[in-house]
Amino acid sequence: MNTMTKQPASAKKVATFVASAIVLAVLPFIVGGTFGNSWVRTLDFALLYVMLALGLNIVVGFAGLLDLGFIAFYAVGAYTFGLLASPHFSLDMPFWITLPLGALFAAMFGVMLGTPVLKLKGDYLAIVTLGFGEIIRIFLNNLNAPVNLTNGPQGINLITPIEVAGFSFGKPHEFFGITFNGVYMYYYLFLALTVLVVIMAWRLQHSRIGRAWVAMREDDIAAAAMGINIRNIKLLAFALGALSGGVAGGLFASFQGFISPESFGLLESIMILAMVVLGGMGNIPGVILGAVVLTVVPEVLRDVIGPLQMATFGKMIIDPENARMLLFGLALVVMMLVRPEGMLPSKRRKAEFEDAKEGV
Amino acid sequence: MAEVLLKIDGIVKRFGGLVALSEVGLTINKGEIYGLIGPNGAGKTTLFNVLTGLYMPDEGSFTFNGQNLFRAKPHVVVGAGIARTFQNIRLFKEMTALENVMVGRHIRSKAGALGAVLRDPRTMAEERAIRDKAMELLAYVGITEVAHEFAKNLSYGHQRRLEIARALATEPKLLALDEPAAGMNPRETEELKALMEKIRASGVTVLLIEHDVKLMMGLCDRIAVLDYGKKIAEGVPEVVRRDPKVIEAYLGVAHE
Repeated sequence: MNTMTKQPASAKKVATFVASAIVLAVLPFIVGGTFGNSWVRTLDFALLYVMLALGLNIVVGFAGLLDLGFIAFYAVGAYTFGLLASPHFSLDMPFWITLPLGALFAAMFGVMLGTPVLKLKGDYLAIVTLGFGEIIRIFLNNLNAPVNLTNGPQGINLITPIEVAGFSFGKPHEFFGITFNGVYMYYYLFLALTVLVVIMAWRLQHSRIGRAWVAMREDDIAAAAMGINIRNIKLLAFALGALSGGVAGGLFASFQGFISPESFGLLESIMILAMVVLGGMGNIPGVILGAVVLTVVPEVLRDVIGPLQMATFGKMIIDPENARMLLFGLALVVMMLVRPEGMLPSKRRKAEFEDAKEGV
Repeated sequence: MAEVLLKIDGIVKRFGGLVALSEVGLTINKGEIYGLIGPNGAGKTTLFNVLTGLYMPDEGSFTFNGQNLFRAKPHVVVGAGIARTFQNIRLFKEMTALENVMVGRHIRSKAGALGAVLRDPRTMAEERAIRDKAMELLAYVGITEVAHEFAKNLSYGHQRRLEIARALATEPKLLALDEPAAGMNPRETEELKALMEKIRASGVTVLLIEHDVKLMMGLCDRIAVLDYGKKIAEGVPEVVRRDPKVIEAYLGVAHE
């Protein structure tokens, strides 16, 4: 009986899988063909942010540790890649060394942040992680003297694009008579790695480790009394979250070809946290949605606001750049008031918010 | 001669200037139901927290099953074989009953992050074993029908049972229950009593804190009485019941 009820469900699963695979495969061509290559670039960034948000989701969503300095791990991954594959140190290491190394360093930094904050929770933890993020950025900004390690505010330039067996992702290529721009190549590369990160996050969530994280988030004393080593499980969350951040950072460095401390400010950390919270903390589909929406919507607003003002008022009333952030901020406020559990909350989170409401 | 499972001696616990436990010593033998009673604020729960690693004692000694557990971390204590429940139920509310018990299997399973991500056959087999054992324990305490409900939606009696199942999942040698009958009606208390007898019959030693003196007298093999952080009596229920110090602690001294 059980197998009979299962059969159609798995057929439906396969159909959904195939359909989404096809949509994801042709998406850049539809977007690029209709709106131009700059929008494919936006798609690439959306994928990077999905990886980042999923990484942060391990720390904030699964383990319940508020981290306001997550961008630091992105920076560590990016600088590892940048320093090892650019003229700055005259190094040109291949991506299969620089990318894993960046992820590894990021994970080490995760443990470095995690160790001193083991006893901290909530607001206090948030403030320390915020400080940590800023420390990393300020270090990157100032480590150009006495020895020039990071090239300071000028950043690292001419970072080698990812190259597989002589096939560079940085240059346009021609297949079947059609020229593919670099942004298309990177789209598929990012997509592949995003899928890996999604699988990693999903499997962790539904494992012994994932259960221990939820238990710790719900009641750390009871979790300890059930035999969970709180120290180890916390450090593991920091390390694995940072790992995804490091991978995204390395990809970012090779994609842009240029990195500077400016890209790793507090606002970026907050944006990624907003993606997690707005999408639905702890729920992987929600977090993916949050990351995509918060990457794409501001770009759409950028293109729409100017012409819209001209059409309705015949003149520019507010500078489009300001109006964009204004609307965006307003949308966040409204969203948090109307639907604090996020766009696609997990069943668990939803229950937590119901509890909170009943408490009022 | 009974075999000693747990032995503490000269345990002192201070909170700032307040001495919560002053040189408390007791031994629990394998296979018995051992009761801990005393008036409110006598230090029962403090002693419980010391025995389960949640509080670090300041002085004394603590051995369990031949292992030194003095100032050991909670997960070490659980690993050694002491599991507990809480006076004011502390379940993982937004996890299902089944998941709660599965968390209890954490210490007796090994899969790490790599295994979780790769899903190798060994991890999968372990995961199945965790689920099966958890289902078995839910059946053992008699709440299989609510396995997939969130813990917070369970009735009070079921929550108490779930907490016991979660503690049993750690395969304890000593199960420590902090006021398990609190807030229960007489029928539920009777059922709980039967459950405790069943647990003891399965070879697990039980340590019990309880306000209900009548329940304790009928259930426990031996009882220790705490008052103002000191042990004032220890022994079989009939003797402890007649101890003048115990009567004084519970009823106060008669004034002329």
